Amino acid sequence: MSKFTKKKSGELPAVNTASLPDIVFMLLFFFMVVTVLRNNNLMVVNQMPKADQVEKLQKDRSVYIFAGKPSARYQDKYGKEGRIQIGDKYTDITNLKSALEEARRKLRPELQDKVMVALKVDKETNTGLVSDIKQELRELNMLKLIYITAQGNELEE
Amino acid sequence: MARRATPEVNAGSMADIAFLLLIFFLVTTTIEKDKGIARQLPPIEPPTEKPPIIKQKNLFIVNVNKSDQLLVEDELMDLKDLRAAAIEFLDNGGALPGSPEYCKHCKGSRSTSSSDNPDKAVISVQNDRLTSYKMYISVQNELVAAYNFLRDREAERLYGWKFTDMKKSSDEGSYSGNKELLKTKLESIQKLFPLKLSEAEPKKSGL
Repeated sequence: MSKFTKKKSGELPAVNTASLPDIVFMLLFFFMVVTVLRNNNLMVVNQMPKADQVEKLQKDRSVYIFAGKPSARYQDKYGKEGRIQIGDKYTDITNLKSALEEARRKLRPELQDKVMVALKVDKETNTGLVSDIKQELRELNMLKLIYITAQGNELEE
Repeated sequence: MARRATPEVNAGSMADIAFLLLIFFLVTTTIEKDKGIARQLPPIEPPTEKPPIIKQKNLFIVNVNKSDQLLVEDELMDLKDLRAAAIEFLDNGGALPGSPEYCKHCKGSRSTSSSDNPDKAVISVQNDRLTSYKMYISVQNELVAAYNFLRDREAERLYGWKFTDMKKSSDEGSYSGNKELLKTKLESIQKLFPLKLSEAEPKKSGL
């Protein structure tokens, strides 16, 4: 008789956590796959302007140029004028060509002709700096460029 | 002599280790989603070549001064009205019916004092060196939006599919049908409303 009566113990059974590692590993792999370790450390303020008529950037064939005024911790040394950054150092407009050539050489060889320049420029920068960059790009014959923007529309503010 | 079963490895700390790694990757992850306005720069022309002559009525001049004010065709304009003005200019189709330049797909007012056809119509943007980049991008965005609006309309009429959606699925490679056909469709739409945005060298500031 007593074989079929349930044992009455007051304790709740513990939740089975055996599958917890599996779940966590799954998440882990997801993040490992999507992670891109940041390889250039920003030295300029980089608040992109908003736009909504955008296209996607093909990252494997692009060279980044950052521009804006120096970030707070570099302002003592470099002032507040807009500056250009390629890789992880400031570049003068006169050195832009050699810096770009160097950046281009780091791309995969078959994509070097299809290079696209991604301009990440702070929204408070003057257009003059951007047009100087564009003039240099024309002289280098790197004619494809893309102005990286944030999502949204400036009109809606 | 029964062999003793090997004791099981204690996997209790597995979850902890995995969590630690997980948190590390969570912190270092920046899911980048770079998008932007793509543009093709004009190559440097040899100085001997004469620039083509463009009729005044085929030219839509957008001028931005150093305090980010817009002057469109010699009139002050708000940024929010720029898109509509550009659409009206591009879609005008002022060439007379019967002439080789007549624009069949235009739905504009066909005024003779505005552009002949979208192929002839050129939008010229002039910036000051002190114009803010934010304003510059906003103006470019509005002008591209005008082109996209017209291209969407034509694509919808011809293929029942918006141009921007077509382009997106072509870029992402998610289109399952004939990719070559899609490309020719895209090109045909681009031919109907070719992107003719010219940028003048920025003026020295203070003008």
